[in-house]
Amino acid sequence: MLKKTHLSAAIAAVSLVLTTFGAQAEGDTLSSVKSKGFLQCGVSTGLPGFSNPDAEGNWQGLDVDVCRAVAAAVLGDATKVKYTPLTAKERFTALQSGEIDVLSRNTTWTLTRDASLGLNFAGVNYYDGQGFMVSKELGVSSAKELDGAAVCIQSGTTTELNLADYFRENGMEYTPIVFDTSDQTVKGFEAGRCDVLTSDQSQLYALRIKLADPGSAMVLPEVISKEPLGPVVRQGDDAWFNIVKWSLNAMLNAEELGLTSANVDEMAKGTNPNIRRLVGLEGPKEALGLEPTWAYNIVKQVGSYAESFERNVGTGSPLAIDRGINALWNQGGFMYAPPIR
Amino acid sequence: MSSLPPGSNSGLSLRKLWFDPNVRSLVFQLIAVLAVVGFFYYIINNALFNLEQRGITTGFAFLDNSAGFGIIQSLIEYDESYSFGRTFFVGLLNTILISALGVFFATILGFIVGVARLSDNWLVAKIATFYIEIFRNIPLLLQIFFWYFAVLRTLPSPKQSLQIGEAAFLNVRGLYLPKTILEAGSGIVVFAFFACLIATVFIFFWSKRRQMLTGKQFPTFLFNAALMITVPGIVFLLAGSPVHLEYPELKGFNFKGGLTVIPELAALLIALTVYTASFIAEIVRSGIVAVNKGQSEASISLGLSKTQTLKLVVIPQAMRVIIPPLTSQYLNLTKNSSLATAIGYPDLVSVFMGTTLNQTGQAIEVIAMTMGVYLTISISTSIVMNIYNRKMSLVER
Repeated sequence: MLKKTHLSAAIAAVSLVLTTFGAQAEGDTLSSVKSKGFLQCGVSTGLPGFSNPDAEGNWQGLDVDVCRAVAAAVLGDATKVKYTPLTAKERFTALQSGEIDVLSRNTTWTLTRDASLGLNFAGVNYYDGQGFMVSKELGVSSAKELDGAAVCIQSGTTTELNLADYFRENGMEYTPIVFDTSDQTVKGFEAGRCDVLTSDQSQLYALRIKLADPGSAMVLPEVISKEPLGPVVRQGDDAWFNIVKWSLNAMLNAEELGLTSANVDEMAKGTNPNIRRLVGLEGPKEALGLEPTWAYNIVKQVGSYAESFERNVGTGSPLAIDRGINALWNQGGFMYAPPIR
Repeated sequence: MSSLPPGSNSGLSLRKLWFDPNVRSLVFQLIAVLAVVGFFYYIINNALFNLEQRGITTGFAFLDNSAGFGIIQSLIEYDESYSFGRTFFVGLLNTILISALGVFFATILGFIVGVARLSDNWLVAKIATFYIEIFRNIPLLLQIFFWYFAVLRTLPSPKQSLQIGEAAFLNVRGLYLPKTILEAGSGIVVFAFFACLIATVFIFFWSKRRQMLTGKQFPTFLFNAALMITVPGIVFLLAGSPVHLEYPELKGFNFKGGLTVIPELAALLIALTVYTASFIAEIVRSGIVAVNKGQSEASISLGLSKTQTLKLVVIPQAMRVIIPPLTSQYLNLTKNSSLATAIGYPDLVSVFMGTTLNQTGQAIEVIAMTMGVYLTISISTSIVMNIYNRKMSLVER
C-alpha cells in the first residue's frame, strides 16, 4: 500500500502545480507589481526618441518615460522598471500572456486592437501619422509619384495596412518588402532593396538618423493616416488601467500647471489648489489605491510631459521634432488631460 | 509468499496480480495514457478559460475578413482585397515552392559532392571536403544573411542592371526574365508538350525493361531529346505560333512585366541548398562506403568501367543506407525554410504567422494552423520516402 500512497501523493503534487499555474494567469496587476518590487514594461527593440538604450544600456525615450512614470506612481521609484524589448509581432501576445505589466511601445490605437485582443488603450502619448522616406537621388517630391515603387516596411504594423489602402485608393502599384524589425527595414532601404521606407513620421525621423548618411534621404510631406500612439494594458483589470491612464494624465496636467521636476517642490508650497491636489496635499488622496504623493513622484522623478518630450524627441534631442499637434490643447495641440480632482 | 500471514487470501491475489508482468505493464500504460490525455485536456481548458476571461476573441471567423496588406510574391492570384484565409494559402504555396526547389537542388549538389569526396583525384576530393566542412559548420541563419546582405546586395540598382540582350536583367531588386504568354489556340501546344513528356517516361521504362530482358540497348536520351524538341516545335509552328514572350521593361523605378525572381527567394534557396547539400554529401559518402569493397572489385573485374560500376553496382546498393537519413534532411530543409522570415521571403511563417497573426491577434488559432501545416508536409514527405525506401530494399534482395 506504500506504493499507492506515493502515487497518490505524486498525483496530488502534479495537480497542485498545475492549478497554481492556472490560477496565476489571473490576479491583479497592482499587487503583483508591488510584491515583485518592479514594473515589467514592454518597449520596442530600439527606436531613438521613443524607446532606445543609451550608450550605458539605460533605456530612454518618450515611451520609456511612461513606464518610469507608472513605476514612480506605484513604487515611488522611477528606476524600478525592467524592460522587455519586443518586435511589433510579439507585443500583444506578451501583454496578453502576462509577461509584461504594461506595453509602451509606439502602438497605434485601433478598433480591432481595443475590441478583440482583450486589451485597453490607456491614452495617447503621441499623435502620429504615417509618412514616406525616400532617397534624394530618386527625384520624387510627393507620395503621389510613387507608382511602381518597392516599399520597405515593418511586419505586423498598422502601417502595412495603411500602405495598401493608400496605393489602392490612388490607383498605384507597389511591391511590399516586409521585414521583422525597423532596423532591418533601414538596412534594406540603405542597400537599395526598396525605393521607399514607410513608417510613422516620428519613426522616419528617428530611422533617418540611423542611416550612414542621413542627408541622402528625405521625408515626403504627405501624412496618410492617423496614428494615435499610447500605452496598453490588459482588459479586465480596471484598477491597473486607471493607474496607467492617470500616470500619463499627471504628466500632462503637470505641464499645464507649469510644473517641472526642478520647480515642483517650490510650487507645492504655493496656494494653487490644482497644484496642491496634484502633489497630494489636498483632494482625492487615495483614489487610485496609491500613496497620496503618486503624482508628485512622477513629476519629481520623470518630469512633466513637456520635459519628457523635449528631452527625448523635441529640440533637446537629435530628432528635433516640433511639438505641432502634440502641444497642449491651450497651445494649439491635441493634448488634453482630464482634471485631477 | 511464505512470509505472508495466514488468512490474507484477498491480499495474496491482489499481490499476485500486482506482480504479474502483463497486468503491471497494462496498468502503467493506462496511467500514462490517462496522464497525457488529462494534461492536454487541462491545458486546453485552461487556455480557453483564460481567453474568455480576458475577452480575447476565439474561433476561425477571422479567416473570412479581408486582409488588406500586400504580399510580394504569390503563386495564386492575390491582392489586398482577398481574405486572411487566402494569405494562408499564399504563404503555404511559397513554403512548398522553396522546399521543393531546395530539396531538388540540394539532392543534386549533395550527390555530386558526396561522390566527389571519394574521388581518386586529390584536388577534387579536397575541394569537396572543404566545401562540406565549411558549410556544415556555419549556422544556417548566418548563411542566409550572408547570401542576402553580402552577396545579393552588391548587385547594381535597377537603372544600371546587368543585362543579357534585351531579355534578362539582373539587379538588386531581383532577376527579371521573359515570361511566356499563352494566347488563344496555345492549348494544343501545351497538350503536345505534356503528351511528349509522358511518352518519354514510357520510353525510358520500356527501354530499361527491354535491356533487362534481351540485353539490347536503346539510345533513350537522344531519342527522348529529339522527341521533346521536334513534336511540340512542329505543333507550335502549325498552330501559327500562339505563344510569345513578354519581356521585362524598365518603367519608373522598377522593371515591369516578365517573370521576377526576387532576391529573397534566391538567397534563401542558395543558403538552404548549400547548407543541406553538405549534409547530404556526407550521407551519400557513408552510403557508398557502406557497400562492400568486393562489389566494386567484382564489377571492375567483369569489365565494367568506373562510372558504370558506380551507377549500376554501388549506388543502387548504397541507396538502402542513404534513404532514411536523406529523409531527415528533406524534413530539416522544409522546416528550416521558416527562417525565411529573417530576410522577408513571404513564406507561411512570415506571412501567416507574422502579419496575419499580428493584424488579427488570433495567436493560438494561427500558430495551431501553422504547426499543422508543417506536421502535414513533414509526414507526407516521410511517407513518400518510406515507400521509396521499401521499394529500394525489395529490389536489392
